[in-house]
Amino acid sequence: MRYLPHTEEDVAEMLQVIGVSSLEDLFSSIPEDCRRKTGLRLPDPATEWELNDIISALAQSMAVAPAYKVFLGAGSYEHYIPASMSYLLGRSEFSTSYTPYQPEISQGTLQAIFEYQTFVASLLGMDVANASLYDGASALAEALLMAARVMGLKKVAISSLIHPLYRHVVHTYLEPAGFEIIELPYSADGRTDISGLDGMEGLAGIAVQSPNFFGCVEDIAAVSTLARAIRTLTIVSFNEPLAYGLYKNPGSQGADICCGEGQSFGISQSFGGPGLGMFACRKQHIRSMPGRLVGKTVDIEGKPGFVLTLATREQHIRREKATSNICTNSSLCAVASAMYMASLGGSGLRELARLNYDKSEYFKSELRNAGFKIPFATSTFNEFVVEFSPGFEAVYKRLLDLKIVAGLPLGSFYNELSDHCLLCVTETKSRQDIDALVAELRR
Amino acid sequence: MKEISELLIPQDIRYTKDHEWAKLDGDKVRIGVTDYAQDRLGDIVFVELPQLGKKFKKGDGCGTLESVKAVGELYMPVGGEVVGVNKKLEDSPDLVNTSPYTDGWIADINPSDRSEMDGLMTHDAYIEMLKGL
Amino acid sequence: MEFSGSTGLVLNEPLLFEKGKKGRSGISLPRRDVDFAELDEALKGDGPDFPDLCEVEVVRHYTRLSTWNFGIDTGMYPLGSCTMKYNPKINEKQAALPGFAGAHPLLPSVLSQGVLKLMFELESLLAEITGMDAVSLQPSAGAQGELTGMLLFHAYHKHNKSSRSKVIVPDTAHGTNPASAALCGYSPVCVKSNDRGVLAADAVAEVMDDETAGIMVTNPNTLGFFEENIKEIARIVHAKDGLVYADGANMNAILGIASMAELGVDILHLNLHKTFSTPHGGGGPGAGPVCVRKHLEPFLPAPRILADDGKYSLSYDFPSSIGKLHAFYGNTGVLIRAYSYIRSLGPELKKVSQLAVLNANYIREKLKHTLHLAYDRPCMHECVFSDKLQASSKTTTLDMAKRLIDFGFHPPTIYFPLVVPGAIMIEPTETECKEELDLFIEAFKAVVKEAGEHPELLHDAPWRPKVRRLDETGAARNPRLTCGGGA
Repeated sequence: MRYLPHTEEDVAEMLQVIGVSSLEDLFSSIPEDCRRKTGLRLPDPATEWELNDIISALAQSMAVAPAYKVFLGAGSYEHYIPASMSYLLGRSEFSTSYTPYQPEISQGTLQAIFEYQTFVASLLGMDVANASLYDGASALAEALLMAARVMGLKKVAISSLIHPLYRHVVHTYLEPAGFEIIELPYSADGRTDISGLDGMEGLAGIAVQSPNFFGCVEDIAAVSTLARAIRTLTIVSFNEPLAYGLYKNPGSQGADICCGEGQSFGISQSFGGPGLGMFACRKQHIRSMPGRLVGKTVDIEGKPGFVLTLATREQHIRREKATSNICTNSSLCAVASAMYMASLGGSGLRELARLNYDKSEYFKSELRNAGFKIPFATSTFNEFVVEFSPGFEAVYKRLLDLKIVAGLPLGSFYNELSDHCLLCVTETKSRQDIDALVAELRR
Repeated sequence: MKEISELLIPQDIRYTKDHEWAKLDGDKVRIGVTDYAQDRLGDIVFVELPQLGKKFKKGDGCGTLESVKAVGELYMPVGGEVVGVNKKLEDSPDLVNTSPYTDGWIADINPSDRSEMDGLMTHDAYIEMLKGL
Repeated sequence: MEFSGSTGLVLNEPLLFEKGKKGRSGISLPRRDVDFAELDEALKGDGPDFPDLCEVEVVRHYTRLSTWNFGIDTGMYPLGSCTMKYNPKINEKQAALPGFAGAHPLLPSVLSQGVLKLMFELESLLAEITGMDAVSLQPSAGAQGELTGMLLFHAYHKHNKSSRSKVIVPDTAHGTNPASAALCGYSPVCVKSNDRGVLAADAVAEVMDDETAGIMVTNPNTLGFFEENIKEIARIVHAKDGLVYADGANMNAILGIASMAELGVDILHLNLHKTFSTPHGGGGPGAGPVCVRKHLEPFLPAPRILADDGKYSLSYDFPSSIGKLHAFYGNTGVLIRAYSYIRSLGPELKKVSQLAVLNANYIREKLKHTLHLAYDRPCMHECVFSDKLQASSKTTTLDMAKRLIDFGFHPPTIYFPLVVPGAIMIEPTETECKEELDLFIEAFKAVVKEAGEHPELLHDAPWRPKVRRLDETGAARNPRLTCGGGA
């Protein structure tokens, strides 16, 4: 087996050095009653060639571009990934290395992550970003836990327009630890209704998502103004960071903590994982921040270099008093997103964001012309909600047969929106793709 | 790492088993950590000072000292209210390393029971304790 | 003997923000086939202050950065409890297949049968390998698997209307263990290992009570020993209706040999980026699937994958589930790689463990007169030494680790586990051949010899990488966490 280099001679020589007669003897410390009763009942080892056949058969059954036109967003976005990026990410010095605990031989990862931190802080308009968390959902949970630590309070308010699956994760993390979670309703314009928070006391933080699950841009400035008035923290979450290539970033509107999903930036959708938890905050909160941090320093010869720093916040030192239990995070995905942001550049990011927006607006106007209702008036980015007539399920299914996935039906997430779909269009859909879908919907 | 003979252990102050020192100064008790503590922790990078105005009991955790690789808890040698903290440590935490008994002092306490000072170790008792470690 | 560490021209590379020129582009922007639409100017931002770089600049930048790194493909990486085994390239190919890479997680099940089948099968394979009954692939890493375990503890006891506030954690535990327990509101209760380097049953009996939710063990433990009293310990914990959680980070020692279920384990997490060969990525992404015995299956995270006559679907219909840890279903890209690995090895996974343990014992035997062996007994897949013998030359574990770099090896884990002062934890894994082990042993011997004759070579090591020892104190006192930012 090509990953197991030992020959029979090697094994014999080594057993002799150790002073035992067989490989089985090496396990004499394992009591009989702890042993398996049977051998491993697994399929026989597949050759590389058999493995290719088995796994590509599975992959071929999947509905992906170019055969399928998938107009889905809702936390996972189809964007083009340049060939140069895939090539660079394949360099095994990045992918097969460990966490940079020995900085002298990890300067590649450390500088790449330092640059990533800088990119994220700039994108979100915040002072400092960490080296990544697992994904946008756990990042939001960590943000709320951080707010609780900073404020010394255990009550939080979260918008019902935060991604439903993210809210599910937040409940999972926070409820056993005794948190009170208030859910904020939404208004007719598709934005969070924060009016119920006037005069509220004892809140650790208010969390909204922008663009929110309906694709609408929230009034973050209004949220942070209210938050300051009631002495609490503003947390802004996001699913689609590309939106900040077009819209005002959360930092410029008063966010204290900003976190979300970075998958759009050069990371394959890959059926939802691995993702990239982007996380940033104001500098006064650094010591409460979860996750790793890379800092700039110098070596004993005065040469510039990078190290992991402020590690006393982390589990390997602080143990049960750590800011989080996180160890392995999503480092390679962070490097991928930095490569993507580097390749796009500031100009490219603005252009690509604008293109996403314009395609989405084109799609919207064509749908309106075809007589469909766009219920929420607020500005969106690259996804929006459309209202269809009752019985749309049949149309949806007909479109699936035509290899078109017409968005995400919202009924299972919002009872009151049972005839509505969340439709997304990015730079990967051509005008013809959009026209074809509209034409089919008209029929 | 210093040998016991290399450590600075002033005669005129008192010591705790957790390596804090306490010095009576008028009606206040000034506290800090010993040369042994700073030597073992290494370069101090951050001091979480006790909260001004807060009241603690003797033995309560009231702050922390962070080095690059470790965190040390600061425990109250005597109970009382925190009436002063050494703000210089915010920008220069290294003062704890260079001058643990003078410029690196941490807090001033208004003691609730001055007799608690008598229960603390003298210079000789502290050295005996260090020898046993 | 020629060691791998050598000299060579390494190129400097500035920060991205010090490069580029406005108007350059490193990407092929897609064609614009729609008009500019109206945009609310009040919402419009300026966009971030990123540099504009051309493709050559980007490629050269990251190529140069990669040359400053040391990966498994570069050389041996004997980090204890990290299982830095070779990452097979065929696994990369499978994960990159467009059918997987381009798949949206919210596709209707009927359109994602391939990946659902793979994940369902992976659950069965992991259940078989561990001897457990049911699996969730959701947790994104070992630590999140541990959190899942703690949430399962919580749900189980709540279901039994029993309020528990403590969890027993051995002194050899990885820091994520008490941190995960604390996240769930449990207070960790520390239990000391005995002089054999394992937990004694009576030490656990002393602290186990009706307020204790259970125990978190690592087996084999971080000293490299099988917790030989584990069955009795499990009985003691179960007797008070507590649960046994096993941290499976060291699974590489017992594949095909021990059964976690036989040990009395109720919940176990695995690290796919350790035992199952998925790349570590410089710090992730990994995956930390959780395996449970039948009585805990109802509490597993949702959704779960259902199979019905060859058709697969996802279901949230599990009313006792603890909830959700991942936005979707887990780190699928990582899961695919692990599946590919397990299908490549099959029952030969037992050989993996046998050779991993062989390699570790070989190193232990060969270095035990050079370095102080913390516990003089056979080990499993890793062995722990300390710097006790080097104290006279004022040479520390850190100094020896840094000097090993110059010889062309990534250092072992240092200063962990905490129960051994100056610990040096070596896990070679099964993918290192005998010649490489011999080279490593000779290198360590040479380093120790230098410690006696020329300690200054160690105190200021490493000499050869791109940078020398770095000022970590300065980095922590005055954190500079972004380019152009003091923070």
